[in-house]
Amino acid sequence: MTDPLLELRSVNKSFGPVQVLHDVDFRVYPGQVTALVGDNGAGKSTLVKTIAGIYRADSGDFAFDGKPVTIHSPKEAADLGIEVVYQDLALCDNLDIVQNMFLGREATSGGVVLDELTMEERARTTLASLSVRTVKSVRQSVASLSGGQRQTVAIAKAVLWNSRVVLLDEPTAALGVAQTRQVLDLVRRLADAGLGVVLISHNMVDVLEVSDRITALYLGRVAADLPAKESNLSQIVELITAGRSGDIGIPAATAAESA
Amino acid sequence: MTTTPETTDPSGSSGTSLAAADFANDRASASLGEAFRDWRDRIRGGDMGALPAVLGLIVLAIVFSILRPQTFTSELNIANLLTQAASISVLAMGLIPVLLLGDIDLSAGVAGGMSAGFTAVAIDRSGQHWTLAVLIGLAVGALVGLVIGLLVSRLGIPSFVVTLAFFLGLQGVTLRLIGMGGTVPVRDEVLRAITIKSMPVLAGWIVVVGLLAAYGALMVVRQRRLAQRNLQRPPNALLAVKFASLAVIVLAFTAVLSQNRSRSAALEIAGIPYAVFIVIALLVFWTFVFGRTAYGRHMYAIGGNREAARRAGINVTRLRISAFVICSMMAAISGIISSSYTGSVAPGSGGGNTLLYAVGAAVIGGTSLFGGKGLIRDGVIGGLVIATIDNGLGLLNQAAYINYIITGSVLLLAASVDAISRRRRSATGT
Repeated sequence: MTDPLLELRSVNKSFGPVQVLHDVDFRVYPGQVTALVGDNGAGKSTLVKTIAGIYRADSGDFAFDGKPVTIHSPKEAADLGIEVVYQDLALCDNLDIVQNMFLGREATSGGVVLDELTMEERARTTLASLSVRTVKSVRQSVASLSGGQRQTVAIAKAVLWNSRVVLLDEPTAALGVAQTRQVLDLVRRLADAGLGVVLISHNMVDVLEVSDRITALYLGRVAADLPAKESNLSQIVELITAGRSGDIGIPAATAAESA
Repeated sequence: MTTTPETTDPSGSSGTSLAAADFANDRASASLGEAFRDWRDRIRGGDMGALPAVLGLIVLAIVFSILRPQTFTSELNIANLLTQAASISVLAMGLIPVLLLGDIDLSAGVAGGMSAGFTAVAIDRSGQHWTLAVLIGLAVGALVGLVIGLLVSRLGIPSFVVTLAFFLGLQGVTLRLIGMGGTVPVRDEVLRAITIKSMPVLAGWIVVVGLLAAYGALMVVRQRRLAQRNLQRPPNALLAVKFASLAVIVLAFTAVLSQNRSRSAALEIAGIPYAVFIVIALLVFWTFVFGRTAYGRHMYAIGGNREAARRAGINVTRLRISAFVICSMMAAISGIISSSYTGSVAPGSGGGNTLLYAVGAAVIGGTSLFGGKGLIRDGVIGGLVIATIDNGLGLLNQAAYINYIITGSVLLLAASVDAISRRRRSATGT
């Protein structure tokens, strides 16, 4: 197996007296979709925000490309090539697709005037490379897009910057069947393009279908990190709800301690 | 996803743009008919832009021309109307950045009056040169905007409350500055010339034709560059129609204003009032800033989704402050133009309906009170509508109460159109 692109070792994070992450080990491999599953409050969002640089881990080691790194701000994460697509997408309805994709990082000529030509071209190329064919025009406003298309734009925005790790927070939560299909295909294509993709989802069917590895969190601990092929639906559900399934998972005593 | 067969480029020019070919429905160029249908769909979807203002302007012009055929369409009145519109338009253009963010500045009118008061006092009582006096006025405006901006964005007080407090407070400052019951005359020749003098006819023609030529050239260059890289662009014919109609209107006004409009035979008054050029210069400058720079783009982003803008790394606090600074500085310019027109600054300058007119102008022009939507030109188009109403009603010699009721109704009507079109937009998602 290839070396992990991003590796977290025994990361701890507390908010006041509440310890949210306990010695979490987490690995993202290039060209693979790593699913991050867990019940509400298991620490998924905290882990994502720690990777994104929004929270700072209390202890633990980060390695990117095998080299030790520190991530103390969203900018440091972005500089490494880590992009997060949050659940609420953070798109401006009144701007068009190109304007949204380049928001905050506009291309300018001479440092002042916006270089609309370059931006439009790059937006088109990126969308095309993701084989997005459902958008009528890159100059239509985001307000007119469907939920799936908005998700697509948000993902395209994340990969526009030669990012290497993309974290997707519940990308299919609010989507219909056909749109979920589109987004899952897109997630798969991102991994096939060599990116390390982290997929957070509550939909186990989606997770099993699209991901290569599954990391299950239970009350802030990693219950299991296993290849998707060797797993099945009931096993994952057990890991999420009880923290253990058969031989794998957290020993009952440890689980009770953090509960 | 169904595996669609590789879409072939409809134009047949396969090698030209691999990227474009992957967009089955994304057309780079459209025909005039398609552009018209797109436009019609946008209107139906509630995105009316400046259409209500332009239609309103035409209707008002027809109505007043019928009711007062001799006076309303006279050269003198048209020049007068444009000068009246100037101060409203400048104030409205200044308000648009604030409105874009979903905020409001109720104190802009009196801030303008106060700034003009400082300018007038500097000239009349301290004997300063007009350039320094104007700079003082602008600095006073900028300071007011800075304080409002800090209170709104750092302390988090709603802009409505902060600027309502400033609306009262600044009138007190102006009263203290000028003195109870007094006025400060504006006698400086240059400042007076803004509204009472006109550019010589020949120079006016040269400037107007030059501006039109520059605008046309810019359109052509831009269109060429878009076509070269096969990016999305409006049809050539549409641009030609737009440019031609603008040119006809502008040249017609220039021709009318180039006539001698003096009532006495001894004196000749002809040409475009200087105030009009100030409005044009500000319009071009701010249109550039808000349409073509990252700063402008970020302002729209904040108006559309403040949280998204913040996450994109945009300094929302600083940009909100800047909007209020721009607004108050533009208010200062508007106040100076207004004082040039009336020839004096009084404690009540900029009070009364000044701000209401400007907000009305921006909203009538198509700027939304909900933020995120509006163009700088809205202030100018809307300013013309408001000035036409004000001017026309004045000619009709109606009782003052009717003017108040009509102007208030127009503002309410514009706000209703804004609210309804917003609902339609969210329903149809355009």
